[in-house]
Amino acid sequence: MPVPLGYYLGLAAIIFTVGVIGVLVRRNAIIILMSIELMLNGANLTLVAFSVHLQELSGQVFVFLVMTVAAAEAAVGLAIIVMIFRNRESVNVDNLNIMKW
Amino acid sequence: MLDKVWLVLLFPLLGFLLNGLFGWKFKRGLINLIACGSVGLSFLVSLGVFLDLLKLAPEARHFEKVLFPWVVSGSFKTAFSFLVDPLSALMILVVSGVAFLIHIYSTGYMHDDPGYVRYFSYLNLFTFSMLLLVLADNLLLMYIGWEAVGLCSYLLIGFWYEKKSAADAGKKAFIVNRIGDFGFALGIMLTFVIFGTVYFTPILERAPEVLQYGGAAATAITLLLFLGAVGKSAQIPLYVWLPDAMEGPTPVSALIHAATMVTAGIYMVARLSALFLMAPVSMLVVAIVGGVTALYAASIGLMQNDIKRVLAYSTISQLGYMFLACGVGAFGAGIFHLMTHAFFKALLFLCAGSVMHALAGELNIQKMGGLKKHMPVTYWTFLMGTLAIAGIPGFSGFFSKDEIIWKAFSSAQGHFLLWFLGAAGALMTAFYMFRLLFLTFHGKSRLTPELEKRAHESPNKMTVPLIILAVLAVIGGYVGIPHLLGGGNRIEKFLEPSFGQVSKAVETHHSGGVELLMMIISVLIALGGVYLAYTFYIKKTELPKKLAERYRSIYTLIYNKYYVDEIYNAVIVQPLKFFAIICWRFFDVIVIDGSANGLAKLVGLIGNLIRRFETGYVRNYALGFVVGVVIILGYFMLR
Repeated sequence: MPVPLGYYLGLAAIIFTVGVIGVLVRRNAIIILMSIELMLNGANLTLVAFSVHLQELSGQVFVFLVMTVAAAEAAVGLAIIVMIFRNRESVNVDNLNIMKW
Repeated sequence: MLDKVWLVLLFPLLGFLLNGLFGWKFKRGLINLIACGSVGLSFLVSLGVFLDLLKLAPEARHFEKVLFPWVVSGSFKTAFSFLVDPLSALMILVVSGVAFLIHIYSTGYMHDDPGYVRYFSYLNLFTFSMLLLVLADNLLLMYIGWEAVGLCSYLLIGFWYEKKSAADAGKKAFIVNRIGDFGFALGIMLTFVIFGTVYFTPILERAPEVLQYGGAAATAITLLLFLGAVGKSAQIPLYVWLPDAMEGPTPVSALIHAATMVTAGIYMVARLSALFLMAPVSMLVVAIVGGVTALYAASIGLMQNDIKRVLAYSTISQLGYMFLACGVGAFGAGIFHLMTHAFFKALLFLCAGSVMHALAGELNIQKMGGLKKHMPVTYWTFLMGTLAIAGIPGFSGFFSKDEIIWKAFSSAQGHFLLWFLGAAGALMTAFYMFRLLFLTFHGKSRLTPELEKRAHESPNKMTVPLIILAVLAVIGGYVGIPHLLGGGNRIEKFLEPSFGQVSKAVETHHSGGVELLMMIISVLIALGGVYLAYTFYIKKTELPKKLAERYRSIYTLIYNKYYVDEIYNAVIVQPLKFFAIICWRFFDVIVIDGSANGLAKLVGLIGNLIRRFETGYVRNYALGFVVGVVIILGYFMLR
């Protein structure tokens, strides 16, 4: 007996919420980046679940696109974090408020 | 030649452009050649035009030349076009002729001036503008010339701009003229509204049909135009700029402030004679303003000690005579006097310049005396000019001034009081001119020893124009010998076509006997003035002082020019200044600057407030982002 759609959606919501809370409460930039990945994957899970439920492949294709973008974003984000660390010897986002006027 | 009349304008304009743009590179000789040559050529063309006009029958002497259309907008049309008729032909001849002589004189007078090229380019520009003014065949083009001569006047009065008094005098002339020009401009607009055209020919032809005799429209137009003439020709109450204009170089005073520009007002009134004849009230105003000015300015001239200021007040007075003539309808006599005045007043000013040249710029006649032996040519030419202006029989001023005084009495619009103003002015004229002559050239020398040594006759460049002008000042009147003395009054007959029906309006209604009597009276008046001056300043030289002491209050009043400048200052200038300060301190600083600065401050304040949201912390932005998403989603779900 297949897992009902609601379970998938519930899990995806939980993952997404964990990601959101991670972004809001954590100070380490790397953790924040990982939390963003959680949010993206939460969204991916709903896409795949609906794709199966509706017998429609385009949802899965979309997930591939999201994953590529996520990979690119992670690469750029990590590069930035590395540069910030080299300059300030810290990846604590509370110390990074120099961009304001 | 009539077809080539635009050449009259072209040469001085070219001279101005060449000297004005490239003059700083040219040598003296080339500058002189361009400046004098251009005006000389202009004079030759004027002469050709004049002679060609003479060949035509009197009633055919009317030629219009359209150079190119200028403004065409709906029913409003003007062109760069010229009107050649006896009046304008005479004017271009006088203007270019006198201007040519004064250009030559200037090459000697301005010899050491660092602004030599600038001077001559301005002078050429002036000649061009003045010729444009008199040749224009419509009011708008005339207005351009009118304003351009005003500009040149301003530039040349303030020629020595590093001197504060000269710069101020230039500004004064310009501003006072603005009051008059404002009237002139309104007059032109009103003319266009009523006639639907600005061309002289249709306006003058249709004036009797379009306007009602003595109606409000005719009176309004002519009074507005006359306001312009009052400003430009320095009549009461706008004469105050002319005495101050003497700050400019003396040849400029001779050309602009005696011979040509200041006569533009008379020319304009004469040109529009048919309009003025439709408005008897305006004619009366013109005559009264002219007559009163003639007497008033002459009375100030009695007491002045500055050689150029005496001549300046004399000019105002003589311009008053011309307006008096126009006011009683004797336009021909006015223009006749304009011509002879151009000769003898230019001559007198140039002689004054020659004296200043010899005495290192000394102007006070009380410090001169006995110059006759040092400067014989200047003396003799000055004497000719003095005899002419004083109205001694046989000299040009006699014929023209006597004609005016006679017309003031005899014409239909004349009156005994107008005659009296003119005659009393004539007495004063003879007196102050001979006072000037005696104090400057006769008697014992009151020069300082250094000046005594320095005093010399001026170079030929300056004396030759003096001699030519002296000859003209003597014989210039013989073109207008009155019928009574066996002459044909040729000049007025020549000018008649320009004034149309005018001559009938001033038909003389007195017999020859009265005219002869009046002539004898005016000769006696002139001789009386000369005799008085002779007693005061040659025979009993202590007399003027005694009289001045006895009539102290009158003397101070006149010596201080009736305190008119002070009154204008107190009544007009200071209140306006006060008003300007209020506008500046309150309206400008508080209201305008305040609102502009207040607006900027308000924007800054709001910016400062909003800035607090931008903390720079990533989490705050992320929170704002999430909250925003929740709100939008919530909105869509609960809708």
